[in-house]
Amino acid sequence: MSFRKYLVLAGITVFSTAGDSLLARGMKELGNVNLSLHNLSALLLAILNPWVTAGILLLLAFFSCYMSALSWADLTYVLPATSLAYVFVALIGHFRLHEEISATRWLGIALIAAGVGFVAAGPSVTPDHHRESTRDAARDPVSQEVES
Amino acid sequence: MKDLYAWAAIALIVLASTSGDVLLSFSMKRVGDVGELWKRHGVLAVIGRVLTTPTFALGLVAMAVAFYSLLFGLSWGNLSLVVPASASLTFVANAVAARIFLHERVGRRRWIAALLVAGGVVLMAV
Repeated sequence: MSFRKYLVLAGITVFSTAGDSLLARGMKELGNVNLSLHNLSALLLAILNPWVTAGILLLLAFFSCYMSALSWADLTYVLPATSLAYVFVALIGHFRLHEEISATRWLGIALIAAGVGFVAAGPSVTPDHHRESTRDAARDPVSQEVES
Repeated sequence: MKDLYAWAAIALIVLASTSGDVLLSFSMKRVGDVGELWKRHGVLAVIGRVLTTPTFALGLVAMAVAFYSLLFGLSWGNLSLVVPASASLTFVANAVAARIFLHERVGRRRWIAALLVAGGVVLMAV
């Protein structure tokens, strides 16, 4: 895997975390919006809130990175590798918003980090006869190592 | 009774988001390495090729279904049940579905990773 591909994986975690928190902040500013046809215009006007706009733009960036990653890596590689987003949200809450993190939550963070380490140390694409990407996979020396 | 509704919503979320992930992954494998395509034919070619892949639209529909099921699930069940339960089950369901439908080789390493992350997500919500 090249440095550029690690950047794309990092983009997935960072953009989804940042996008979600900006969106949450914007929606809190707007107050409670009931999901009904009556309030549809209020919901559509929500995108005029700068926090919501920024959140949507970041989530679009997240989706582009996610699609890019899926074009050259297995789904079972991308999903665990980018689950560090859960850890980032907790750490931002702890260090910036001074939320308490309980022992079980620290254990959860440790489990997720261990899972990310497990999958990231393995190949990003597994060879497959049904897939066209087999040719590209063969060029990448890491993906030639076949898992047991 | 409310619990039953919440678990039905969780099942629907897991089913829809797993189908969505599998369909999107399948589409992008058909499109091929986006970085290479961009270098050779430009960004418009990439966008055009992604949008004209029929399974891509299906994947987006499945993701929308998952999103609205989440909204309904949240109105029936607690945030602390619905979100971690659906997120962690989706990790495991994706590993099974990727093996069956995408023919990915889910080795021991990836099973352990999926289970660790699924367990970690549950613990973080406790």
